[in-house]
Amino acid sequence: MPRIVVDVMPKPEILDPQGKAIAGALPRLGLTGFAGVRQGKRFELEVAGEVTPELLEQARSAASTLLSNPVIEDVTRVEVIQEDAE
Amino acid sequence: MSVETPLISDFQPFPSASTEGSLAGVRVGVVTFPGTLDDRDAMRAVRLAGGTAISLWHGDHDLRGVDAVIIPGGFSYGDYLRAGAISRFAPLMEQITAAATGGPGALPVLGICNGFQVLTEAHLLPGSMIKNNSLHFLCRDQRLRVENADTLWTSDYAAGEEIVVPLKNQDGQFVADEHTLDELEGEGRVVFRYVGENPNGSRRDIAGISNAAGNVVGLMPHPEHAVEPGFGPDSSARGEVDLRGGTDGLGIFTSVLKKLVG
Repeated sequence: MPRIVVDVMPKPEILDPQGKAIAGALPRLGLTGFAGVRQGKRFELEVAGEVTPELLEQARSAASTLLSNPVIEDVTRVEVIQEDAE
Repeated sequence: MSVETPLISDFQPFPSASTEGSLAGVRVGVVTFPGTLDDRDAMRAVRLAGGTAISLWHGDHDLRGVDAVIIPGGFSYGDYLRAGAISRFAPLMEQITAAATGGPGALPVLGICNGFQVLTEAHLLPGSMIKNNSLHFLCRDQRLRVENADTLWTSDYAAGEEIVVPLKNQDGQFVADEHTLDELEGEGRVVFRYVGENPNGSRRDIAGISNAAGNVVGLMPHPEHAVEPGFGPDSSARGEVDLRGGTDGLGIFTSVLKKLVG
């Protein structure tokens, strides 16, 4: 069953408090090589049949209207993933 | 949804002739979403201010002829996606959005806490809310300055007047781009500002804003929890008060009632 993956990230200019907290925790594990962390969201829209261009357009529409808030977030990926991929 | 028999305590008779032209003749709707916490408190605040409170259900299509609407705090649809993101598409929100953007005489709408988040998601107000910069849920009595006393919801205050009302949230950090912030400041649409230490990292200490027309106002803190002696904060910006004696929030509710009756 194919899935459409939508990635949403906080806009670069928006401070990401969650990412900052994670970045603060990494050195405590001895992982000191990272300059920063930003936390986003990944959505997987499951498709029963074929992914048609219309369906992909619907996914893009969902991504920009409901799955993300354009004031604080960017949609960074809308992509079809086959079952055995990834 | 089927027709419900109202509980006796909820039953609101139609305004009689004796309430015409009085505050009790003003009907203020309070919306309940799944997860709303403060709807009863908001309705109580409306009644204590002298008005008639009407319960509205998020799934209905009917505003029941109310003169104003309050979207109270708490949570809505679990806030799973983003606070207010799913509530925005509730059937009643479509009615509210249409009525609130109808030009002169548009429906007055107040969003408190989660209600403020719903109003930004519905694009009735600009900007958005992200997690507090401390990442902690915060609950405390908060001092605010009323920056704009010309809105329908703040006319009972003086511009520059300070009030103390509870603040309780996790996603309370107001953000918007610099252009939007300049526009809000320039047009006098910053309605409330945090006084003292900024509790959550909100841009320019903004606690509440209005739309361009001034009929839609949203704020993070909770005026409905500071309306009745014995149940409010322990402090007031007006001076010493008894334990839980702060009622600085009542002016929000009397403001809109007096404006609508006048």
